[in-house]
Amino acid sequence: MRRVDRRIRVGLAALLLAGLAACSSSQPDAPTAFGGPFELTAPDGHTVGSASLKGKPYAIFFGYTRCPDVCPTTLARMARLRKQLGPDGGKFAIVFVSVDPEHDKPEDLGRYVALFGTPVIGLTGDKEHLAQAVKNFGVFYQRVPQPGGDYTIDHTASVYLMDRDGTFVSTIDHDESDQMALAKLKRLIG
Amino acid sequence: MKAFHHAIVASSLSLAIAAPLLARDYVSGAITVAHPWARKTAQGQPTGGGFMVITNKGKADDRLIGGTTPIAAEVQIHTVSMDGGIMRMRRLVDGLPIAAGASVELRPGSYHLMFIGLKAPLQAGTTVPVTLQFQRAGQVRVEFAVQSMTANPGMPAMDRDHAPR
Ligand SMILES: [Cu+2]
Repeated sequence: MRRVDRRIRVGLAALLLAGLAACSSSQPDAPTAFGGPFELTAPDGHTVGSASLKGKPYAIFFGYTRCPDVCPTTLARMARLRKQLGPDGGKFAIVFVSVDPEHDKPEDLGRYVALFGTPVIGLTGDKEHLAQAVKNFGVFYQRVPQPGGDYTIDHTASVYLMDRDGTFVSTIDHDESDQMALAKLKRLIG
Repeated sequence: MKAFHHAIVASSLSLAIAAPLLARDYVSGAITVAHPWARKTAQGQPTGGGFMVITNKGKADDRLIGGTTPIAAEVQIHTVSMDGGIMRMRRLVDGLPIAAGASVELRPGSYHLMFIGLKAPLQAGTTVPVTLQFQRAGQVRVEFAVQSMTANPGMPAMDRDHAPR
């Protein structure tokens, strides 16, 4: 049931994007507060969250470092898009939240995000803090045991764009073109 | 034969640093493996991804069933699919079929190799020796060229249809 809820939230995000944002005010359950308050832990042990990120727009993405695929591709793309924005590229922060705290410790995340050649804030947190962040963003994730005792994590692949006040603006979806993503980032920092 | 094989693996490991950056093609019987490449990994990251294009020029279907590498404990075959904006990664326990005359691309967002239990981080500019195991073609020795995180060799991954169908 809970899982269905999350999926509905993801769907609602898509509706918002489709230009139906106006409708959401009439739906009390719609994720108008997408993003809400959250507090996570940075590689240096400091608390970073909605409060400390305020003042600068940010692009936030959820995944895990053992993901060989969608996560590095998405982060590499964000780094590439930032480069394409030239001097404006520094006007937004890139935030990566690990939903695999059992494996990804804050210091692991620090080493991981350093691979992308651009500043990326790597965050994670304990169960409760992570649950709060995930809920606020309507992110779905689920551990899936694999044969041999290991596990992978299914997770939402969208990047959430938040303005300088921490208000949800739009998502960049996995299958969207760079051109569209770049236009969204320009609007975000504009 | 087995000892001979190990000797090759050992020598290619020592050559890894000097190996050319560019991924090249490997042919063994009916099977061609083109542009094998892997992503750089961070210190402490236990897994890495491997990508390539496998072509079966033979008249019989074949199947990639696994592989071995001296740089990791295990080589697995995985697939990723996108379903309603959610990424799902699964191990292909029965391997990856390569039909007669067909080409299968292993790329980000789709089929890929997972190097599980990396013994050291994968460094950009080096190569990773992998012995691929095919049901029919047997073993095929391949060198995966390690690329930086921001390099996306040969595939504008984000601008393409991802889901393996
Ligand atoms: Cu992922």
